[in-house]
Amino acid sequence: MAHITREQVQHLAHLARLELTDEETAHYTDQLSAIVEAVERVSEVAADDIPPTSHPVPMTNVFREDVARPGLDRADVQAGAPSWEDDRFRVPRILDED
Amino acid sequence: MSVTSEADLVRQDAATLSSALSAGDITSVELTQACLNRISAVDGTIHAFLHVDTDAALATAQDVDRRRAAGEELGRLAGVPLALKDVLTMRGVPTTCGSRILEGWRPPYDSTIVERLRAADVVILGKTNMDEFAMGSSTEHSGYGPTRNPWDVERIPGGSGGGSAAALAAFEAPLAIGTDTGGSIRQPASVTGTVGVKPTYGAVSRYGLVALASSLDQAGPCARSVMDAALLHEVIAGYDPRDSTSINAPVPDVVAGAGNGDIRGMRIGLVRELSGEGYQPGVRESFDKAVAMLTDLGAEVVEVSCPHFDYALGAYYLILPSEASSNLARFDGMRYGLRAGDNGEASVEEVMSRTREVGFGAEVKRRIMLGTYALSSGYYDAYYGQAQKVRTLIARDFAAAFETVDVLVSPTTPTTAFTIGEKVDDPLAMYLNDIATIPVNLAGNCAMSVPIGLAREDDLPVGLQIMAPAQTDDRLYRVGAALEQALLDKRGHALIEEVPAL
Repeated sequence: MAHITREQVQHLAHLARLELTDEETAHYTDQLSAIVEAVERVSEVAADDIPPTSHPVPMTNVFREDVARPGLDRADVQAGAPSWEDDRFRVPRILDED
Repeated sequence: MSVTSEADLVRQDAATLSSALSAGDITSVELTQACLNRISAVDGTIHAFLHVDTDAALATAQDVDRRRAAGEELGRLAGVPLALKDVLTMRGVPTTCGSRILEGWRPPYDSTIVERLRAADVVILGKTNMDEFAMGSSTEHSGYGPTRNPWDVERIPGGSGGGSAAALAAFEAPLAIGTDTGGSIRQPASVTGTVGVKPTYGAVSRYGLVALASSLDQAGPCARSVMDAALLHEVIAGYDPRDSTSINAPVPDVVAGAGNGDIRGMRIGLVRELSGEGYQPGVRESFDKAVAMLTDLGAEVVEVSCPHFDYALGAYYLILPSEASSNLARFDGMRYGLRAGDNGEASVEEVMSRTREVGFGAEVKRRIMLGTYALSSGYYDAYYGQAQKVRTLIARDFAAAFETVDVLVSPTTPTTAFTIGEKVDDPLAMYLNDIATIPVNLAGNCAMSVPIGLAREDDLPVGLQIMAPAQTDDRLYRVGAALEQALLDKRGHALIEEVPAL
């Protein structure tokens, strides 16, 4: 059923923020098609009336006491940052040219 | 214990070392130094470690020795060295998850597991190699090169926790921590002749465990004996309010289970769907012999069917990539880790895409795209939605089976360790390694792999998987201890003693 096209892989890579090379795109097009073909067997199971499981141990409304806890050490966080300026994370511009 | 040399010392199990430490026969500094020397001697070949924390390990050992000498009451594993999988954060110590995208990152906090290990005065030797972000079954997908199997250095040690398993089998550490999302503790244990346990989901806190698939991930103990695994299990398990999926209930008495080993009258089920075609003859043969041993030990062995297990692999490779694609979105090059292409001109989106392209390896990219596909509109119901329903059916298969039996058993893996490079660019062949281990992760119950012998055709270790209902982890240890003892009686020594000299 499912055959994944080169265009689909490019679109998926964009959605996932992966800047793939042409070679990678071609390789993944073949591999993802094969994998999807193998896993789509799950649709053979008639399961219309079966509830989905998202989590093995269902729990809801897990709260903790509303008490302040120490946060991360600022100097440690700064040391791990790829770029830091004026006591903040420095990030690239967030708007595109156009 | 009479220890004549360092070489002898590093081969002892943790329970023996623990007794020797408390009796004052050895010091933790001597033991830690012996492990560090062993690492220096063999890790150039094995490559189990990504980082060795020499100074801190010796400082911890020194502190334990001082407090013990002062008469302080210490925990059972105080002063015993351990290897930590590099997917768990440890404050100030490099944590890469086997990925170049986190190269050089030093976490600003400890995971709960590390906190508990520190509180128990366990000596953490360093961080072990793994498939990148725990995606893989061979440790070949590490961004830092593969780990080698001490039984045959041309072969894989399993994955994703190949580093932890190899560290045990190479006698670099008596204990290790692994994490298991689809088999990453049990499969490496199986192919290295060691013991690995995936506890019940929620038993061990995930706080500080870098997430792969949050509804499947579970950390657990790795060791060279069933009792050692139980001692470590006891230290790391327990309720943690910082993990909202943590089980707020007493931990089953796993140490008592490991000390029991009496399986008379126990009902054990063979899973029909986890045998036969696709399983290497030598694996089947060892498994059949082990099952005969279980019968000899007084267990009642019956065959059971779990029909939906045939669909587990498909469901897993839809659910896991879906969760992973979402979890790994945090690696965007903004707050920590690698940033690439930030030339002052490029936009945040371009920098993000560039960073992820150069920072992630092939398998991670494959699974992120697969997950993105499975979750995309138009496909969601057919793939992710349907996989979640299959997950329900697998949990029901387990529930039905556990109505009639106490535990289930199967071979842990379809084959023994394969050669490095054999399956590295064949994802479907690689995924099949986890065919027997995946159902437990989907249902959230617990399982153990215990060594049962060497396969006839290649003299490589074979593991048997024991599966038990959620929150009955002690049963795994009971059955594991029984098999371990029977095998010991038969061979006259532990299987791990047969690892060739490096």
